[in-house]
Amino acid sequence: MSELRIYVEGIGVWSPQLADFAALRSWLQGTPSPAPAARPPAATLPANERRRAPESVLLAIEVAGQAVAMSGRDAATLACVFGSAFGDLSITDYMCQTLAQTPAELSPTRFHNSVHNAPAGYWTIATGCHAPSSAVCAWHDTVGAGLLEAAAMALADERPVLFVCGDVAAAGPLAPITGSAQAFGCAFVVTPEVSPRSIAALSLRTVPQHGGMPRGRSALPAAWYEGNATANAALPLLAVLAGHNRHCQMAAAGKLGLEIVMENVA
Amino acid sequence: MPRPMIPLAVSAYTVTSALGRGLADHRQALEAARGGLRPNDFGDAPLACWIGRVDGVEDAPLPDALAEWECRNNRLAWLGLQQDGFLGRAQAAIARYGAARVALVLGTSTASIGATEEGYRRLDDGRMPAGLARPGLHMPHSLTAFVAEALGLQGPALTVSTACSSSAKVFASAERLIRLGVADAALVGGVDTLCGSVLFGFNSLELVSPERCRPFDRARRGLSLGEAAGFALLERTGAAPASPRLLGYGEASDAHHMSTPHPEGLGAELALRDALARASLDAAQVDYINLHGTASQKNDEVEAALIGRIFPAGTRASSTKGYTGHTLGAAGIVEAAFALLALEHGFVPGNLGGDEPDPACGPQFAWSGERRDVRIALSNSFGFGGNNACLAFGKATA
Repeated sequence: MSELRIYVEGIGVWSPQLADFAALRSWLQGTPSPAPAARPPAATLPANERRRAPESVLLAIEVAGQAVAMSGRDAATLACVFGSAFGDLSITDYMCQTLAQTPAELSPTRFHNSVHNAPAGYWTIATGCHAPSSAVCAWHDTVGAGLLEAAAMALADERPVLFVCGDVAAAGPLAPITGSAQAFGCAFVVTPEVSPRSIAALSLRTVPQHGGMPRGRSALPAAWYEGNATANAALPLLAVLAGHNRHCQMAAAGKLGLEIVMENVA
Repeated sequence: MPRPMIPLAVSAYTVTSALGRGLADHRQALEAARGGLRPNDFGDAPLACWIGRVDGVEDAPLPDALAEWECRNNRLAWLGLQQDGFLGRAQAAIARYGAARVALVLGTSTASIGATEEGYRRLDDGRMPAGLARPGLHMPHSLTAFVAEALGLQGPALTVSTACSSSAKVFASAERLIRLGVADAALVGGVDTLCGSVLFGFNSLELVSPERCRPFDRARRGLSLGEAAGFALLERTGAAPASPRLLGYGEASDAHHMSTPHPEGLGAELALRDALARASLDAAQVDYINLHGTASQKNDEVEAALIGRIFPAGTRASSTKGYTGHTLGAAGIVEAAFALLALEHGFVPGNLGGDEPDPACGPQFAWSGERRDVRIALSNSFGFGGNNACLAFGKATA
């Protein structure tokens, strides 16, 4: 067991029902807020990139932009870790369909957009960020594993880190296989030291965990959890950050849990 | 600038690629300047190009207890783990530290996408066919989930998927977890296998050479794709005082373009300087650099200029993609293994395929193999999205 202590300076959230973290707070208080636009605005991207970028990239950049704006930090200097359990499932569907039928017609743009680090690539290009960037996954444990990676980077290198995690809805034969029914993304700016911008202190402790965690009571629709691997793991943490609980536990690997306790910033 | 890092021991490592299974096969091929590329014979309608295919994967099924993970990528992972006694070394570390104290960090670009492609070729009324309707195969974490289960690991388990820098960056993630006390040791590595996505994908970008790839040759025509598995065990140096060291690593982003490198190699240079700073090294102390050297026009041009402006003439540099092909997400660990072999056996592999050197290449390039003492060796790995990593290894100082 080991304990890592980090501070949160910014939070971003987007889903077809949630425009941002404030909207999630309203829902958690029992006041559903109006649904956002059909596509994540992703205003950090230049307009031409926004038209070309796949949904997974728009989602990641939207929540990343929200979290960085809340932190007041310069995106160009932030190391970043982008997580996604499945990557862009609609591109995977397109690639596998095309390969099965007319492989020589595969689109070069869709191919380079298919890499798991496409959101990290678009983000660092749009923000002029030369800091380390990574793209990670751990199936249903991606939020916990990615948060552990981001926290480790923040503490080991004593620098603020942007952690982004998102999954989009599956298309075609992968829908029943992945269970990914709708988009959800979230982002956190985490730092190793407290600052005037700190919203919360989080203590992360690795603990043995076997099997999934029971969800507990929530004011949010069950379908939000069930239809997205990122949402299922991240919503309990976001509820903690919204002040609805003091702690939560999420999986960080198949047999490893991450016990997260929120403390007020002194 | 990052702080200097406390070196870690690379107490075991192994590699399996088109050159063969295990370190001895690789050492012999590199010393004999014998490449492993062959005309493309992968799939039903193969593109006219050359590939680095691992022989015998088709004949090496997973053990029954692991059959739910069956696919080409996991077969290659399992085959790779059997070489050089690596599986036994990993199991001994797990017994020594505890299953929850050994982190697993693996890199892959496409993992088991070949199984997803196969499912789409054999759809059953629009659904995945029965034998392939296994959720654990259709996601990029399949490799790591498989290895974690095969070894009974209970600690952190993370997949890094940053295209062609993936299995270089795993060393950085592992070092952080060990430094912070989250783990006492780490199993790192990477596996990528040939599949339609990468063959036709790189072809669509007009990056695949119709002939054997020729890194840093003036007439190079693009890359040859390959497949490989490699693993390394990282521990604190006290546990393995005679083993070679991970001295440093660097990571940086180009912030330039999704599929072409920064024209001045900005991210590559930042990663290199980050690695040197963590390792407390000057460029002049570096004996050998295993280059990314894909044989794409742009990569080799940018990387040749980078080497020319940073290193003295005495530093030796070569790409080994001419031997193995570009093994994508596995390239980082394959070439880390080559850097470690150079340290351990005093041999700098020659830059196979560079018959007519690009004039952009300086005196650092080792066009043929050189026997010489190598105390410090680096490995460069650059990926799509402008994702750069550099690793620094050294001989044991004890």
